[in-house]
Amino acid sequence: MKSKRIGFLFFFLPVALWLGLLIVLPHLELLRLSFTSTRESGFTLANYFAFFNEPIYWLTFVRTALYSILVTFIVMVVALPVAFYITKVAHVRVSGFLMVLVLVPFWVSELIRVYGWIILLRESGVLNNFLVSIGLFEKPIEMLYNDATMIMGLVYTSMLFMVVPVIGVMDALDDSLIEAAYDLGASKTAIWRTIIIPHCTPGMVSGGIIVFMLVLGSYLTPNLMGGKNSLWFTEQIYNQIILYFNWNQGAAFGFLLLLLSTLIIWLGLKVTGQSLKEVVK
Amino acid sequence: MRNALSVQNLVKRFGTFTAVNNVSFDVEDGKFFSILGPSGCGKTTLLRMIAGFYQQDEGTILFNGQDMEGVAPNKRPVNLVFQNLALFPMMNVHENVAFGLRRRGEKGAAVERKVKDMLERVGLPESGKKEVSQLSGGQKQRIAIARCLVLEPTVLLLDEPLGALDAKLREHMKVELKTLQAKVGTTFVYITHDQSEAMVMSDRVAVMNNGAFEQIGTPQELYHAPSSSFVAQFVGANNKLSVMLRRGEAGELLARYANGLDFRLAPACSEEATDEPFDLFVRPESMVINPPADDGRFNSLPVTVKAILFDGGNSRLLVSSEGTTDEFTVALPQTRQFDDIKVRDTIRVGWDPSASLCFRKSDWKLYDEE
Repeated sequence: MKSKRIGFLFFFLPVALWLGLLIVLPHLELLRLSFTSTRESGFTLANYFAFFNEPIYWLTFVRTALYSILVTFIVMVVALPVAFYITKVAHVRVSGFLMVLVLVPFWVSELIRVYGWIILLRESGVLNNFLVSIGLFEKPIEMLYNDATMIMGLVYTSMLFMVVPVIGVMDALDDSLIEAAYDLGASKTAIWRTIIIPHCTPGMVSGGIIVFMLVLGSYLTPNLMGGKNSLWFTEQIYNQIILYFNWNQGAAFGFLLLLLSTLIIWLGLKVTGQSLKEVVK
Repeated sequence: MRNALSVQNLVKRFGTFTAVNNVSFDVEDGKFFSILGPSGCGKTTLLRMIAGFYQQDEGTILFNGQDMEGVAPNKRPVNLVFQNLALFPMMNVHENVAFGLRRRGEKGAAVERKVKDMLERVGLPESGKKEVSQLSGGQKQRIAIARCLVLEPTVLLLDEPLGALDAKLREHMKVELKTLQAKVGTTFVYITHDQSEAMVMSDRVAVMNNGAFEQIGTPQELYHAPSSSFVAQFVGANNKLSVMLRRGEAGELLARYANGLDFRLAPACSEEATDEPFDLFVRPESMVINPPADDGRFNSLPVTVKAILFDGGNSRLLVSSEGTTDEFTVALPQTRQFDDIKVRDTIRVGWDPSASLCFRKSDWKLYDEE
């Protein structure tokens, strides 16, 4: 009995320390900071009022939320056919190779990958040079620092986290179900709508949660590819803490972002009729 | 009677391997037709071509006289009951049965009525609300068939649907499928490696081997008058004796068995080649235990009893002939007449020459014997 308890503590303690010291404790401190201010003493809601009173803050917040949902949706739409091709169409040996192709870019850090995109897309970049040389453009145009480029970058960097869980569920889909639907008169779109997507929903939702949280909290890609024209809410937090040294305001923003992601994921689970237990399984 | 399905000179190759080799057959409207063959004989390939999942290399498939060349599976008037049934787990029973109707664009009350009728027909009127996982094996079977029949296909294809069931339920489903087919009157094309399933249910059976049909006929024809050594051994139980043919003194054809005995042959056995190895087939129930003393009509063979295989009305004796390693099974009627037979007894078995069949020796292996 005693040795059992020691064994339990041995494995539980690192986890408890990890969660307690690195996640819970800093969050409690941030929570405290968000309700205090350098200008007044004691408890204050000033930091939260500042968020609602300054349109640039809450507009960036709403923008970030909407774009994160959009990115998650685009990633789903792109990942489904990719997963379908890898699991159902490609030959077994080829599918392993394709899976590696999907994985390999993620061995390189996000920073390098984003710089790759910058080299391709900037005014003096590869794509501009090519388009000018074949005479499609008269002079190079700036392709970076707009919403479309930023969204493309976010889709690219979070793709893997959707493809992997969707491949997992798609692999478990019995081919004869697809054939049976085809045999019973279903068109290709009807097969996708009635068989494949309902079957893949748990994988899509779990992938969706990961992608959504990653995108919502991402800093590098929006900063480097979106620039000043496409502000992301994480940049506001960064500005408050690093630029203005206003930890209290930054902490308040951080908690608002946490609240937002929790709310949207809860809504997403409700709408798709999935339970968190099913999805994380 | 018009032909619901007509297959002409169908060929399918995978690389250099010919899976289906020049197969032709017709199925009359409303009949139960079975394709019987060992696994790997090409019967599933043939079925998938009829359903439209494979494109044939040569030949034509006609439904009610209409050529199906280039018609996709979802446009063919044929439905397939899959080996694993392939019921949709994301839908309940009602939605499964309504699936095909919905895909045709049928809506509302008409769908409800058809699904309800069909569920009643297969004897599961209350199961519409159930999930697929709540059904038993036999119920899943019936829903899989109902899902196809509700579309009123010209031909219903069944790919060994009883394979996954346990023996008792399989016996039950055989009878049930047969009565269901008689009730709905749809043409069934049934694929199986189980000769008993094929014989019990079918109006006509095609025996398939190595991608080609060996024989097409009623179960009785296949059983009593097999046209090849393969059919003789694959359909029903049979004893095989390796013999050499030769002419007797009166010019009659005799079969010399390994131990030097001569057997008389049926008049129909008119194989001319002598001094060549042949296979002589005698069914277990044609072998009579201790026949009356050789009156010149019966063939008789002394054997030793190796085992008594008691199985009620289907009991048999396992016997071996002196001087050979061959083992035969002999029907053991449970009339109490043979109760005194013990293991290691020496008895005689005899058979009427007309109950035996002979074919030139062939070397194929029956690798999927029941």
